Amino acid sequence: MLCQDCGKRPATLHFTKIVNGEKSEFHFCEACARERGELIPGTANGFSIHSLLSGLLDFDPPGGGAGHVSHPLRCESCGLTYSQFSKVGRFGCSDCYRYFSGKLDGLLKRVHGNTVHVGKVPQRAGRMIRSRREIDRLKRELQERIAREDFESAARIRDRIRELERRLAEG
Amino acid sequence: MEKRRFAREAISEWMRHGGPDSDIVISSRVRLARNLSGHPFPMLATNHQAREVMEKLTGAVRAGKLDEIGKFDIFVLDDLTELEKQVLVEKHLISPALANESRCGALILDRTESVSIMVNEEDHLRIQCLYPGFQVKEAWTKASRIDDKFEEAVDYAFDETRGYLTSCPTNVGTGIRASVMMHLPALVITQQINRIIPAVTQVGLVVRGIYGEGSEALGNLFQVSNQITLGQSEEEILDHLHNVARQMIEHEKAARRRLLAESRLRIQDRVCRSYGILCHAAVIDSKEAAQRLSDVRLGIDLGLIPDVPPAVMNELLVKTQPAFLQQTFNETMTPEQRDVRRAEMIREHFRKFRYGGA
Repeated sequence: MLCQDCGKRPATLHFTKIVNGEKSEFHFCEACARERGELIPGTANGFSIHSLLSGLLDFDPPGGGAGHVSHPLRCESCGLTYSQFSKVGRFGCSDCYRYFSGKLDGLLKRVHGNTVHVGKVPQRAGRMIRSRREIDRLKRELQERIAREDFESAARIRDRIRELERRLAEG
Repeated sequence: MEKRRFAREAISEWMRHGGPDSDIVISSRVRLARNLSGHPFPMLATNHQAREVMEKLTGAVRAGKLDEIGKFDIFVLDDLTELEKQVLVEKHLISPALANESRCGALILDRTESVSIMVNEEDHLRIQCLYPGFQVKEAWTKASRIDDKFEEAVDYAFDETRGYLTSCPTNVGTGIRASVMMHLPALVITQQINRIIPAVTQVGLVVRGIYGEGSEALGNLFQVSNQITLGQSEEEILDHLHNVARQMIEHEKAARRRLLAESRLRIQDRVCRSYGILCHAAVIDSKEAAQRLSDVRLGIDLGLIPDVPPAVMNELLVKTQPAFLQQTFNETMTPEQRDVRRAEMIREHFRKFRYGGA
């Protein structure tokens, strides 16, 4: 397939851009892709998915975040600001996901069409996640039983919570 | 200095064995991106922090965590020569980023070279499994087992909502990149590829050349991989890739049948001419070599060129890359000198099959 721009060199970059549900397709050779700075921000050693992504990151939905210029959004763990992140397209540490969470749903939706993970959960850490979820559920149930003055089963639930918390603390 | 194991052979041991559909699918690959919790990602890590991550991960391997999987060697990038690093890149065992930009980078490589684990590339840990032929699910099963082994020893950066947290938001969630490398000469000859690539990109997959992002489809080799990593399970991602790749395989097979049925003489002429050129050329650039090797491989798969093993294409594609040529002939070369050495290397290689058989 030839580049849609110069029509001479083979196209090596193929991508589909979807903005507000409007889909456009692009097929460029590397040289033409570089020239199109306004479409694909280029980098010194060729463009990459990161530079493509930073184009997406700069795109802020209209009306969002106006008037918040004085306090730059920053990750308190590693110090990376959101604007630095949108320039390099990479996070500084895993806590960035928490500090930037307000802005991430939009971004992840554009990149993946989704915002929530549904795949593999780590084996060991996963057990803890499941235990924590179970404890939360039991605590809610405990409150309910107490409200209903069903103290006998409330005591059983309390013991179960203690047992789970003990096991969680032991890892 | 004695050459390291990985530098001796151009094709990895795992590639010598064929796999399902290996007349079209060269290899299947699954890569998992993981990070350790409580450590900044490699981009922002201090040298000390990067070293800590490297020691934790290589320490887990030294402590025998991967013993059930295979026999692994650990290479610290700073201990390798530039040439060795380039050879690893040309064999697709490490990325150019690990070779050129990493701090405290390491490679954990199994002896058959079917598992290569990069430390401190863009993410702390990149587990890559390679299988010959069309075996993406097998590659995932193995990568996932290795993943579990590491998780016994280290705490991963994982979030209940976002999944595995990665340096780049394009990898977050499953952290999986699965890809299938296909040889599609008949789709290129019949120009059907021009319709297929846009169709594949529309269903959320990416098509690239063999040397990654932005590279041309050298030797009619195309790499198809998933783009989405969040909001779909690994199984869904693999099923999707599998189904699309399966359709591409069927199209390529149909195109090959049609070429044979409708223009047998023309295709025979084409592949045999290329074979002749490879056997006798005195100067050949890498682009022409890749195209001729693709023709010969097609000729082998169509039964038009007997007595040459199919692995010859991949082996020579790697052997005729700049770093590999340089280490074989033990001299630095200008691009022009390289074209001469490349032709020499290919002639020698084919001589084996023409006289006395392989």
